[in-house]
Amino acid sequence: MPKQLINLTVNGSPYEVAVEPRWTLLEMVREELRFSGSKEGCGTGDCGACSMILRGPQDGRGRLITSCLMLAAQAEGCEVTTIEGLATNGRLHPVQQAFIDTGGVQCGFCTPGMIMASKALLDRNPSPTLEEVREGLAGNLCRCTGYAKIYEAVMHASKAGK
Amino acid sequence: MRAFEYHAPTSLNEALSLLQELGEAARPLAGGTDLVVQMKENATKFAAPSHIVNLLRVPELGGIEFSESVGLRIGAGATMAEVAESLIIRERYQAIVEGAALVGSIQTMNMATVGGNLCNAAPSADIAPPLLAFEAEAVIVGPAGRRSLPLEEFFLGPGKTALAVDELVAEVRVPVPSAGIGSAYDRHTPRKQMDIAVVGVAATLSIAGNRVERARVALGAVAPTPVRARRAEGALEGQPPSDDVFARAAEIAAMECSPIADVRASAEFRRYIVRVMTMRMLREVRDRARSG
Repeated sequence: MPKQLINLTVNGSPYEVAVEPRWTLLEMVREELRFSGSKEGCGTGDCGACSMILRGPQDGRGRLITSCLMLAAQAEGCEVTTIEGLATNGRLHPVQQAFIDTGGVQCGFCTPGMIMASKALLDRNPSPTLEEVREGLAGNLCRCTGYAKIYEAVMHASKAGK
Repeated sequence: MRAFEYHAPTSLNEALSLLQELGEAARPLAGGTDLVVQMKENATKFAAPSHIVNLLRVPELGGIEFSESVGLRIGAGATMAEVAESLIIRERYQAIVEGAALVGSIQTMNMATVGGNLCNAAPSADIAPPLLAFEAEAVIVGPAGRRSLPLEEFFLGPGKTALAVDELVAEVRVPVPSAGIGSAYDRHTPRKQMDIAVVGVAATLSIAGNRVERARVALGAVAPTPVRARRAEGALEGQPPSDDVFARAAEIAAMECSPIADVRASAEFRRYIVRVMTMRMLREVRDRARSG
């Protein structure tokens, strides 16, 4: 199938990319743009390792999506944020720092998705309860069984944790 | 995923002409939470599509509106998150919010659309029982124009709907709820999150004085399609909203559904859960109808 050109913004920079229609957003971001922070776990939207924040042309606020289930071509005109887009001027985002400080990382495979889900949660609810944190991360699986530390990290990064 | 050609119409007319021109070879795509998974697993209920028509940029399919004269309009492209966050739906159609909020994770809710959930026609679709209990209609558009179909007649079987290949669901219309109505939806799943309903039960009750004026009970995952439990409704209407009456209706609902046994539950267990959950929903709705 011939490739087609799409325009989108990833982590603040504009890109014009030639994509195959069957590529997912995740494949394009990893393989073409070489942002390999987002992971493919299950490829069917269950594990959340590929979570990104996507803001469409009409959207007020970015929303958390599983990029393994969106076609790259569908992201035309959108602003995409991946784990690589969180740090500013070499300083980690508070959520990233909190994961380090509380030991919310073991093998690290789920971490980029966990952090994107945590950021999306805190963006819409800066002071979540523990229950809200658990709900907010329900679409992200950690197989090192590190959930307690992960929830701790999010609470730490929240307003309430300050 | 097999290769396909991609089309991104920016109006409803353009989308409909594409579907008409491409016929069986094309599939409309919205949030992707069902279709992309099926395409990756090569497990579509149809031949692998050679054309994909993206619906995310069709403005006519979006939006949620309400008016006291016409009721609620949910655009087919509205996401589960938009439905769950809608103030008017929260206020007037609580069961619909409860259905939308149970669909997958935050990520799924941000992607999955109401139209997609209905057109995928899973017997377990969480948005279906609440919409059936509110007597929603699917507004279908195609080359011949618009037609409206009660949602009950829209579902024909697992993965099967009344939609022709060149038609789309444009929106769902839900009548204005009668005064004093209460509604609720819940489902049974072994896991709290990221699971599919073993049984889903939605109910609406209008109670006047000490009498159930109108009752609607709709069940998910216990028949080839989401279904109304009409005999259970009949056992409720005209009766006092008492636990005894509810228990009899719940018993009838368990009898009149036709569950299958599969990896999630046996047919007997599903019937048992229908009884338990119907009772639970009716009591919940009674409380809501009285406090509302």
